Amino acid sequence: MSGSEDVMRFLDERLGAGRAVRFVLDYVFPDHWSFLLGEIALYSFVVLVATGTFLALFFTPDTAPLIYHGSYAPLRGAQISAAYDSTVRLSYDVKGGLLMRQTHHWAALVFVAAVTVHLLRIIFTGAFRKPREINYVIGVTMLALAMLEGFAGYSLPDDLLSGMGLAIAWSVAMSIPLVGGPFATALWGGRFPGTSVFESRLFIAHVFVIPVLLAALITIHLAMIMIQRHTQFPGSGRREDNVVGTPLWPSYALRSLGLFASVAAVLVAMGGLVQINPVWLWGPYHLYVGTNGAQPDWYLGWLIGALRMMPNLEIHVFGHTLVPNPFFGGVLFPSVVFMVLYAVPWIDRRFISREAAPHHLLDRPRDNPLRTALAAAGFSAVAVVFAAGSADRLFFQFGFGYEGAIWFFRGAFLVAPVVVFVLTRMICVELRRSGRHPLRGWSGSVLARTRRGGFQTIDR
Amino acid sequence: MRRRLIGLAALVCGTFALVSLAGGEGGSAAPRATGTPSPGGLAAARTLQEGQALFASSCAACHGLGAEGIKRRGPSLRGVGAAAADFYLQTGRMPLPSPGAQPLRTRPAFPQRQIAALVSYVASFGGPPVPTVAPARGSLSRGHDLFALDCAGCHTIQGQGGIVTGGIVPSLNVVTARQVAEAIRVGPYVMPRFGPAEVSDADIDSIARYVQSTQHPQDRGGWGIGRIGPITEGMVAWLLGMAALLLVARLLGERVEDEPHEPRPPQGRAS
Amino acid sequence: MSPEEPAGGSREESSREGRRRRRLWTLLAALALAASRVLRPRGSRARSDRGPAPPVGAEERAERLVAALLLLTALSGAGFVTLFVLHPDTQLLGATLGACLALLALALAVASSRLVVSETKVEQRPMPGDPMEARQAAESVQAGGQRVTRRRLLGGAVGAAGAGLAAAVVVPVAALGPGLEDQLSHTPWRAGRRLVDAEGAAVLAADVNPGGFLTAFAEGVDQEQLGSPVAVVRVDPASLRLPAARAGWAPEGILAYSKICTHAACAISLYRSPLSPSTQARGPALVCPCHYSTFDVLQGGRVEFGPAGRPLPQLPLMVDAAGALRAAGPLSEPVGPAWWGDRR
Repeated sequence: MSGSEDVMRFLDERLGAGRAVRFVLDYVFPDHWSFLLGEIALYSFVVLVATGTFLALFFTPDTAPLIYHGSYAPLRGAQISAAYDSTVRLSYDVKGGLLMRQTHHWAALVFVAAVTVHLLRIIFTGAFRKPREINYVIGVTMLALAMLEGFAGYSLPDDLLSGMGLAIAWSVAMSIPLVGGPFATALWGGRFPGTSVFESRLFIAHVFVIPVLLAALITIHLAMIMIQRHTQFPGSGRREDNVVGTPLWPSYALRSLGLFASVAAVLVAMGGLVQINPVWLWGPYHLYVGTNGAQPDWYLGWLIGALRMMPNLEIHVFGHTLVPNPFFGGVLFPSVVFMVLYAVPWIDRRFISREAAPHHLLDRPRDNPLRTALAAAGFSAVAVVFAAGSADRLFFQFGFGYEGAIWFFRGAFLVAPVVVFVLTRMICVELRRSGRHPLRGWSGSVLARTRRGGFQTIDR
Repeated sequence: MRRRLIGLAALVCGTFALVSLAGGEGGSAAPRATGTPSPGGLAAARTLQEGQALFASSCAACHGLGAEGIKRRGPSLRGVGAAAADFYLQTGRMPLPSPGAQPLRTRPAFPQRQIAALVSYVASFGGPPVPTVAPARGSLSRGHDLFALDCAGCHTIQGQGGIVTGGIVPSLNVVTARQVAEAIRVGPYVMPRFGPAEVSDADIDSIARYVQSTQHPQDRGGWGIGRIGPITEGMVAWLLGMAALLLVARLLGERVEDEPHEPRPPQGRAS
Repeated sequence: MSPEEPAGGSREESSREGRRRRRLWTLLAALALAASRVLRPRGSRARSDRGPAPPVGAEERAERLVAALLLLTALSGAGFVTLFVLHPDTQLLGATLGACLALLALALAVASSRLVVSETKVEQRPMPGDPMEARQAAESVQAGGQRVTRRRLLGGAVGAAGAGLAAAVVVPVAALGPGLEDQLSHTPWRAGRRLVDAEGAAVLAADVNPGGFLTAFAEGVDQEQLGSPVAVVRVDPASLRLPAARAGWAPEGILAYSKICTHAACAISLYRSPLSPSTQARGPALVCPCHYSTFDVLQGGRVEFGPAGRPLPQLPLMVDAAGALRAAGPLSEPVGPAWWGDRR
């Protein structure tokens, strides 16, 4: 007891921190499991920074060629880039290196997955409404940054799979109308594969620029939540003007730390037990070598799907190519999707909820069928494009011809959102009408006949 | 006894004569391959005869009685040699379920003896022999370089198979070294046919050695999850990682309580 | 390993691996079951008041459980350190460190649910926004500009200045123009340039097998440049349907095309080469593995399927006196993906 009093007095007499600490300790967190999704993303980010720091100490961001003399026998004597060499050495010669590499990569995949699930929760419960539009915009920006960061990260080792991805990225950059050529060439330091400056730019972007941006945005994101207080689901005693939940200390803090430890545990376990990105098996990248079934990491699957689905349209004016084909799938499609994501609070205010009042009580998804159905339809469109990205594996596994599958996905892109919209709307309206909880059965009152012949009401 | 032998020999020669006459188009255009051991002795003759009988019952419907091919059903097998016959029969790709279907690997339709018979019969029309291959003599790094340049585009760098517009490319997980060599020279279905100047016999040894190494991969990182890259990695991230963490969140977090809950009035134009 | 038998060792290894995997799943399932029993969903308990205080025994048990879990955490942490020093096998390291963190998580979860006082608190939500303050802030901003009378003039001038600055920043990039076009359209192919394979040896016409496929480069030039690699194939000359202007580009039916896809710069490493016309309706084609753009080799690289918007550049070939393949001119069109500056 007196130990903590000494500490508090130490801080308070120097920083005036007593009040701030009390604010933080008494801070009330509304409780729901779906409010922990953002924390899963946050803790994955912490694991990324920790493992990434270790990796950055061993990785060489240089594409200069050298001869491999490490302990992976099949590669011995081969001429490879220093970046690829340092990655294979990390995997084979550095103690715990492969564990760190794999944990880092799994953490990246789970990070974006958690942000996506968190985003779905935000949209389906209307948490983006006033006064949280700024925080929502920050969140969407972090999603875009996370995708970019992941792409930069797995492109650093200069292996066959990621090298092919960089070639496509260069072509997409080149395809920007008018300025694509100068832009891509400036970024890569010349025509693809560019010069060694590109690898160091990629490295600095991945290790410094984007992580700092992400950390800053995360801080602002959390600070705004503390200032505005978290939203809560409606229920007994919960109103727009109060917060009902658990104080930070001790229960919520311990639970949150428990979630941190769980995230780290799952990521480290996967990092040790499930192989990911075995670059020594892929081999080094050459621009005249390609492998079948090359794919980007999952969060860019929607982009490879868009590139594969797009018909071979190119727009020419006066003998120049104004819009090369990769622009549609690689720039236009993701730009439209992100523009729509950014505009969600204002679309909702104008067309769906039709009100500008602040909200601190969340909607259950069923409480706003139009919003839920529109969001589901939008995500189904992106999901169709995502599925099209692995149409080749569908052919290989199930025998659906590739060309036919592409046409199918093109049709599904137009039809699926309509079908999903109608179905989701129907489900929401029905759930609201019947009062049924989607997962745990019905709750309400039952009129039952007693043994003596009368009636009684039983609440469930 | 001697009379029986002479009679049998006459029968064999007669069969040859009949077959070459029935072949039409002036008989086989391709010369006899020098590498094929010429059928000598009783056993070889019987094998050939058995092969011809089998061919007539199992293959002639598409390839013609004289292996000359039938338009729109099956190509001519004259000059394809023992290599092609051995490959297609050992991997069960032939006989096809229907003409025009893609030949895919299944269990061989014939036992080994019958395959040998059919192979010797097809070989009698000339063509490359069954190749000999020694993977141990090959170089792993050269095999990797060749495989990456010539094969990975269809078969993936780890031999996990893929697709081309117009066909499925099989995985190489269960191929033998001999089948690797045969496929490279034969170019089955839509696979390119690599000649000795493009891929030498020593190169084939190296490629076979590399293919065998993909069958025993160094999965130093743990569970290999198919070694096809980000598709299975993404599935694991969601179905293992996110699923576990969602479960943890569910266990750690509170849930909305159960008491009866009047439906809230619709927000805006909600329905 | 004899060439005849398949990789037999792999079958044993895969069953061992299967057993290992099954044990791992059983262990994970047991852990999950244990965790779910220890952490009962909290919603099932009374919310705003905890009811009568739990019996003392329960708290003691909870304390002991948390202590035990923390001790196990320490043990597995020690195990991780030992393994790291003595035998850093990735799977064992991951399992021990993962177990260490999982046990810590379990300890924290048990502590939060059974050891500490958990109460529901209600707090007033501060409503942000004070219209008075906002108006006063706006007035302060406006007061700063009291002496400005010609707002429109100044506003227009600021806009013009911004536009001028932006142009000054952007234009130098655009001035990369002429140098850029040369750089992006450069290829080493011109008449007489010999084709060589990956080792630098000349490619002879006789080397190219009918139905075969090989990769060639421009002699004497870095292989790792976009304009250099070409795919060389040989087809039956009678089946060629090249444009009239390219009549002599395929001596003996040998064709060469750029190996860089005109869609997104991947290496075109697939060659669909039907064994016989009766088995495959489609003709020979070069296919890109990234988005499956398919280029018909008989018709000068025409796009048969896929998102590529332009045909594959073809290299005119000739056979020299020594039988080696040489380029008879530059490629038919610019290499690689399209951009504004490449002219067709």
